[in-house]
Amino acid sequence: MALLEIQDLHASVDGHEILKGVNLTVNAGEVHSIMGPNGSGKSTLAAVLARRDAYEVTGGRILFNGKDLLEMDPEEAACEGVFLAFQYPVEIPGIGNAYFVRSAMNAIRKYHGEEELDAMDFLPLYKERMKLLEMDEKFMSRSVNEGFSGGEKKRNEILQLAMLEPKLAILDETDSGLDIDALRIVAQGVNAMRSPDRAFLVITHYQRLLDYIATDFVHVLVDGKIERSGGPELALELEEKGYSRAEADVQQALPA
Amino acid sequence: MKTAAKAMGNERTMATETGRLSKYFEAYEEVRAHGLEREPVWLQQLREDGWARFSARGFPSTHDEDWRFTNLATLAKTPFRRAAKGEFAVSPAQLEPWRLAGAACQLVFVNGHFAPELSDLGSLPEGLLVCSLAKAIDCGREECAPEGIEQHLGRYADMSRDVFTALNTALWEDGAYLRIHRGVTLEQPIHLLYVSAGAGAEIATHPRTLIIAEDASQAAIVEDYVSLGSEAAFSNAVTELAAGQDAVISHFLVERENLASFNVSTLRIEQSRNANVDSHSILLGGGLVRNNVHPVLNGEGAECLINGLFVGAGRQHIDNYMLVEHARPHCNSRQFYNGILADHARGVFHGRIVVHKDAQKTDAKQTNRNLLLSDNARIDTKPQLEIYADDVKCTHGATIGQIDEAQLFYLRARGIAEADARNLLLYAFAAECLDRMKDSAAREFVEGLIRERLQELASAVQAAAPAATQEDETQNWEEVG
Repeated sequence: MALLEIQDLHASVDGHEILKGVNLTVNAGEVHSIMGPNGSGKSTLAAVLARRDAYEVTGGRILFNGKDLLEMDPEEAACEGVFLAFQYPVEIPGIGNAYFVRSAMNAIRKYHGEEELDAMDFLPLYKERMKLLEMDEKFMSRSVNEGFSGGEKKRNEILQLAMLEPKLAILDETDSGLDIDALRIVAQGVNAMRSPDRAFLVITHYQRLLDYIATDFVHVLVDGKIERSGGPELALELEEKGYSRAEADVQQALPA
Repeated sequence: MKTAAKAMGNERTMATETGRLSKYFEAYEEVRAHGLEREPVWLQQLREDGWARFSARGFPSTHDEDWRFTNLATLAKTPFRRAAKGEFAVSPAQLEPWRLAGAACQLVFVNGHFAPELSDLGSLPEGLLVCSLAKAIDCGREECAPEGIEQHLGRYADMSRDVFTALNTALWEDGAYLRIHRGVTLEQPIHLLYVSAGAGAEIATHPRTLIIAEDASQAAIVEDYVSLGSEAAFSNAVTELAAGQDAVISHFLVERENLASFNVSTLRIEQSRNANVDSHSILLGGGLVRNNVHPVLNGEGAECLINGLFVGAGRQHIDNYMLVEHARPHCNSRQFYNGILADHARGVFHGRIVVHKDAQKTDAKQTNRNLLLSDNARIDTKPQLEIYADDVKCTHGATIGQIDEAQLFYLRARGIAEADARNLLLYAFAAECLDRMKDSAAREFVEGLIRERLQELASAVQAAAPAATQEDETQNWEEVG
């Protein structure tokens, strides 16, 4: 059974159809990259998978681990193992980073009937994972993302990923706006988390990230549909030729 | 509907004469008779002045600019009476839930009377006087000689402007008297517990607290209002805090009375040179609450922090009236008030800053942030700057919002259930006020109270969610003219 199976997914925002029939199958252990021009629906796909309710699913279905993902609340999806690394991580003044992550871990543990972690069990693990992402320990007590630089926010997303150990990690343009050092650190964090029972969905605009994260499959999303799929070589081709050709093809296919 | 309410309002304004005030007059007669035997002349005079001002004006109406958003009709028509000393017995066990762990000492007042048998004076450090104000005036010991009190009592709180202060001055029977001697630092907080216990009777009390912090002294004082039963009570408290040069004082006001109660409290702070005073108001209970905080920065280099959190649900009405006076140059004031209002609760934040002519280089800042958790909750926020000096920095800002959906989604996307996520965000908003408190047993104490209150609120909001439509017309305390 595939970990994630998206079948003919249609979704709208404010009455505008953004996704127009997406099909995608992801197995555990695989890394899939979704590329495409701005506005093609990449972030919408990520948001639907994370169950953000501003996005209305108008057709199709999503099976996650054999369960109907579209029936789940965001927290339920998270507890089942879906993780979204946000394109724009939210600042939450007044809630400490470590406290937040521990609350999340415990919510997930509770969902699975496991015992909650106390601070003594949690902190060593958290500190170790912070090292992996080259984050200073001072971030532990700071409020979630408050006053963080863009790169720090993205590293904090991957830190959360590393702590929550999801089955499916969706990286929504985690690379955008990162300098090369930050990109390297983020990729290092992601690579450390690769495992045979975890899949990644890497949404990106640029091929650059894929220099650091070895991808198994590349899909090109254009105007709400996956236009092409292939191996890593497809990313290189897109980098060279750009999306314009694919876009132009679609433009032609559409009635005026 | 509106017209009817207005007409009622007018009738009420006119009726604030004798009939409605008779209970207060009875109380005044009793207090005065007692005073004639035992009280110094200056104090008798003070009471007479207070009564004259109150009886001439009665309770304010919403036509009074300072009371525009708070209707006192229900307060005025409830026949609150005075309780005699010892009239309602309270056992130590009843007070157990209201203690403050880690306090240096606790003074308990029941219905306005000092209850030594319920108080815990602990082992007070040298250089600290904590006792009943009435007793201090009465006892004639040199240390608490009434002359030392006369210099301060009634010298700061302004009777001519505020009738509640006038009423308190006429009717107060007791309260705490604290004198922290020069250079003395007190590590643990002093807990002043004002208990309403009418056992069904509607009691009015007028606690009077006097805090004299001598030069370079340091202390934290927690003034705490609670009710034991569910009957309505009216607490009309006045506290005068005189902070000497370089004194560092934290004052906490905790309001956690029952939802039928009325609480009007006035904190008047007089600050000398370089005195540093924090006022923290934690308003969680009470049906109608008016919280007046009035610091006067009356010495160069003085600093004050006016910090508050008010949480209202049901039909609670919480009115905060801040008046920060800069009277001398080079003083800083910071005001931060956060409000959380659910259901039909209503809040007011009136932030007035007055910078006098000589108060150059004043740096005054005011921020009021509000979270409204229902469509029926309401906040009126009103900054008011009066600046008579020309070299000053004054800023103010107010925000009103709901729980941030993006933050809520972020928490849920990490597995935290919606109710817990809301609770976390509420707490984070409330906790801003905790961050401004110095680490202490007092802070831990209020932190616990805030957590408890928000937990209640979150579960109440959730339970109420399915039946969102309620009749909207029977507002209790208000109707602004």
